[in-house]
Amino acid sequence: MSIFKTTAATIALLGFGFATSALAQTIAITGGNVVTNTTQGHVIGGTVLIQDGKILAVGADVIIPDGATTIDASGKWVTPGLFTPLSQVGLVEVSAEASTNDASANKSKFSTALDGADSFNPKAEAVAITKIEGMTRMAVTTGTGANIFSGSGFIADTSGALNSITKGKAFIAVQMGERGANIAGGSRSAAWAYLRNALAEARSYRPGREREDALLTGPDAMALKSAAEGRMPLLVYVHRASDLMTLIRLQKTHPKLDLVAVGAAEGWMVADELAAAGIPVIMQPQDNLPGSFESLGATMTNAARLHKAGVTVAIAQIGEAFNARLAPQQAGAAVANGLDWDVAFAAITSTPAQIFGLEDKLGSLASGMTADVVVWDGDPLEVMSSPDHVFIDGKAQSLTSRQTKLRDRYMDLDKASEKPFAFR
Amino acid sequence: MIKQLALASVLVVASNAAYAQMVEIDKNPFPSTYNPMPSGTVLIRNAHVFDGLGSEMTNTDILMQDGKISALGEDLAAPDEATIIDGTDKWVTPGIIDVHSHLGVYASPGVRAHSDGNEVTSPVTSEVSSEHGVWPHDPGFNRARAGGVTAMLVLPGSANLFGGRGTVLKNVPSRTVQGMKFPGAPYALKMACGENPKRVYGQKGGPGSRMGNVARYRKTWVKAVDYKKSWDNYRDDYVKWEEKQADGKKDKGDKDKPAKAPKAPKRDLQMETLMGVLDGEIIVNMHCYRADEMAQIIDMSKEFGYHVGAFHHGVEAYKIADLLRENDTCAAMWADWGGFKMEAYDSIRENIPLVHNAGACAIVHSDSGVGIQRLNQEAAKALADGNKAGLDISQGAAWTWLSSNPAKLLGIGDETGALEPGLNADVVVWSGNPFSVYSRAETVFVDGAIMYNRNDKSYQAVSDFELGQPGEGDDK
Repeated sequence: MSIFKTTAATIALLGFGFATSALAQTIAITGGNVVTNTTQGHVIGGTVLIQDGKILAVGADVIIPDGATTIDASGKWVTPGLFTPLSQVGLVEVSAEASTNDASANKSKFSTALDGADSFNPKAEAVAITKIEGMTRMAVTTGTGANIFSGSGFIADTSGALNSITKGKAFIAVQMGERGANIAGGSRSAAWAYLRNALAEARSYRPGREREDALLTGPDAMALKSAAEGRMPLLVYVHRASDLMTLIRLQKTHPKLDLVAVGAAEGWMVADELAAAGIPVIMQPQDNLPGSFESLGATMTNAARLHKAGVTVAIAQIGEAFNARLAPQQAGAAVANGLDWDVAFAAITSTPAQIFGLEDKLGSLASGMTADVVVWDGDPLEVMSSPDHVFIDGKAQSLTSRQTKLRDRYMDLDKASEKPFAFR
Repeated sequence: MIKQLALASVLVVASNAAYAQMVEIDKNPFPSTYNPMPSGTVLIRNAHVFDGLGSEMTNTDILMQDGKISALGEDLAAPDEATIIDGTDKWVTPGIIDVHSHLGVYASPGVRAHSDGNEVTSPVTSEVSSEHGVWPHDPGFNRARAGGVTAMLVLPGSANLFGGRGTVLKNVPSRTVQGMKFPGAPYALKMACGENPKRVYGQKGGPGSRMGNVARYRKTWVKAVDYKKSWDNYRDDYVKWEEKQADGKKDKGDKDKPAKAPKAPKRDLQMETLMGVLDGEIIVNMHCYRADEMAQIIDMSKEFGYHVGAFHHGVEAYKIADLLRENDTCAAMWADWGGFKMEAYDSIRENIPLVHNAGACAIVHSDSGVGIQRLNQEAAKALADGNKAGLDISQGAAWTWLSSNPAKLLGIGDETGALEPGLNADVVVWSGNPFSVYSRAETVFVDGAIMYNRNDKSYQAVSDFELGQPGEGDDK
C-alpha cells in the first residue's frame, strides 16, 4: 500500500515538474516581420507569444508576461514552420544502400498495408538537416514498388524525438501515368482498371468475408478502405493533361474521394477543370523540361496558372529525403514566374496542413495553434536566407547536424594542430 | 579546292615525293563549324556588374563591339551605331559556364533511346567522345540558355574508369554538334573514381573494388605511356632518317640502299586520348567524391606525368582543399546535393566556400538539366552558408565559381569567362541581383549576339522536338 502511494505521489510530482519546466515555458519572439498565414497577414514588428507548446498570441500589441524568454527578431522574419507535403525523410539514410533504404518494398506481398511509420527513423541524418533549414513538419510517403499503390503515408515533425509522428495513416499514394502503366501491366488502361477495382474492393471489404477473386489482399483492402471512402487523401501521381482529365472523371464518378494530384506538369492545360473538380495539386515549380512524353507541356508558370484558375497549390521538392529542405527554393521559382508571394509561402506551410486536415493545428501563426515557429535571417523564400531559431511544439531546437559538425571539424585546414582532425 | 590541291602538291614536291610523309594524326577530325550570329554594337548603361574575376562594380557601362567586350567603365562614350540598353537596376555578369553537363547525351525526353552518355561496355572507353552522343535538339540547351548559361562541357557519364572525351560547346542552337563546338577548346577526358565503376563492372569482369579501380587506371596509364613513347620515338626516328636521306643524296659514292622510312605506330583511338592527356592537350576531369581517393588520384597523376584539371562532385573537397590548392586542381561541386550513396554521405552545404576560402579553385557545376538553369542560385546558397559559418566571401568573388574558374579549367579562359576588354562578349543581363531566387536572365549574349531575350519571343529558341507539341513556344 505504502509503496503504491509513494509511486503515485512520485508520478504526480514528476508530472508537475514536467509541466512547469518544459510545458509552461513562455517565449516571446519580438520585433520581426511576422508572416501569419491568416487574415492578420504580415505583422511588421509583431510579437509571437508561445506558451505550453502552443501559440498564445500574435500581433503588434501583445503584452509579454513577466518571466518570458524573449527573442529579439528585429530585422528578421518570423513564420510558421515549413511543412512539406510529400517527402521520404526518415525512410532513407543512404538511398543507394538497400540496407538503409526503407522507401519501397519491391518484393513485399503487401502494398497499402505497409505502414510507412513502421520504417520511420527520427534519428536519420535527413531529419536534422531538414529541420535546420526551417522545416518542422513533413508528409512522408513510402515509394511504390511492385504495386501502383504506396503504403500508408504519415505526418511527422522533425524534432528527432522517437515519438515524433504527428498523424499516422494520413494518406495513400498511387502511381498513374507512365510509371503506373508500367507497374500495372503495360498501359494506362491497365493502371486505371486496377485502381478502380482496388477502390471498389476496399469499399466493400468486410473482414472474414473476402471475395475469392479479389486482387487485393485482405490487409491491403482494409488499409485502403479509408482512402476509398474519402476519409483520407488519395495522392495520385499524374502529369499528362489527358491523365489529369481521367483523374477528374474519377472524381466525378466518385465524389467522396479526397483526390490530390501530384506532379501535374501539364496541370495548367486543365487548370479550370481541376479547379471545378476541387482537386488540389502538389507540384515542383522548377519542372520545366519535357522529361518524358507525359510532361511535354512542363513550364515554370504552372503554379501561377493553376492558382489563377482557382486550384489549391502545394509545393515540394517531391519525394526527397536528403533535399526535402529545398522546398523554399521551389516556391521562390514559382514567385519568379508569377505566383503571389503569400500563396507560394502558404504552399509550403498552411496549404499542406490543409490537404492533410491539420489546418486547425499547423501551418499558421494564431492563438491556439501548435507552436512550430521559425525565425529567419531574411525572406524565407530567398536562397540566401536561413533560420536563426526553430521551434517545434514550442521547444527550441538545436541547429546542429552531422553536416554542421563535419563543417566545423574541417573549417580551418591550416590551423596548426598536432592532433589529427578526428580529435577536433 | 583548287588552292588546296595546289598547296598539297607543293608540299609533296618540297618533301620529295620519293618517300613517305611523316604520319601525323589529325587531332581534330570533327572540327567546329560554329559561326557567331551577326552582332551589332551594344552599350549597356549604368548597370551593377560582377566582372567574373572577383570584382563588383556599380553604375558601370559595358560596351560590346564586333562580338567582343571592348570597354568597361563609368560613362563610356556611345559609338554612333550603338544600341543602348538601360542597365539601371539590372545586374550584368559574364555568361555562366557549366563544366559538368550531360545535355544532349541524356536528352529530354529521357526515353531509353536518348541514353547516349555512358558507353557501358567496358571500364576503359577513352576512345569514345561525348560529341558523338549529343543530340543538338535537346530542349535542355534552350532552358539552360534562359538561365544564363553560354558555354558548357558535355561529359560522358561516370560508369567507366575512363569514360571518354568531353566536348566544350557554345550554348547556341544548331543543327549539328559541330555548329556548337567551341572553336579551339581542348577536349576533356572524363574519368571516374569510386562506387560507380565498381558497381557497374563488379559482376561484369571487374573492377569490383576501389583496389581494382586503381589497378586498372594504372595498367591503362602504363600502356598509354608506352604508346606515347612509340609515337615520340617514331617522330625522332623519322627526323633522323630524313636527315640521313638528305645526306645520302649528297654522297653519290654511298652504295648502301637507302634505309626504309620508319613505320608509324598503329593507331589506337583509346590510347590517343590518353596520349593527349600526357601531352597536356586534353584536360582530365574526374568524378571523385571522397577526399582520400582524390589524394590517391593526385599521386597517380604524378606517377604517370599528367595533371588533374578538376575533381567533379568532390563532395569531400573541403577536407583536402589545401591539397587541391597545392596541386592547382579545381573542385567542381554542388551547393547541397549529396547523401545518395556512401561516398556522398559527408556532403556539407559549405563545401564550395570552404574550398574557395582555402585558396583552391572552386566551381559550381550542375550535372543536371534542372540545376543548370539556376547555377547562380546554387552559388548564392553556398555563399550564404559559407558566410553564415563565419567566412567573408564577397558576391563578386563568388561569381568566379560560375565563369572565370570554369573557363580557365576548360582552357578557354583567354576567350571568355569574364567581363574584360578583348574577351568574347558572352554576357548576361539579369532582372536583379542574380543571387536572388526572384531574378531572371533577361538578355543573354553569345559573342555579342542576342541568343535569348526573355521579353521577345523571336529570341527564344524552340527546339525541333518541341514544335507542334503541347506548350510549344510557351514561357518555360
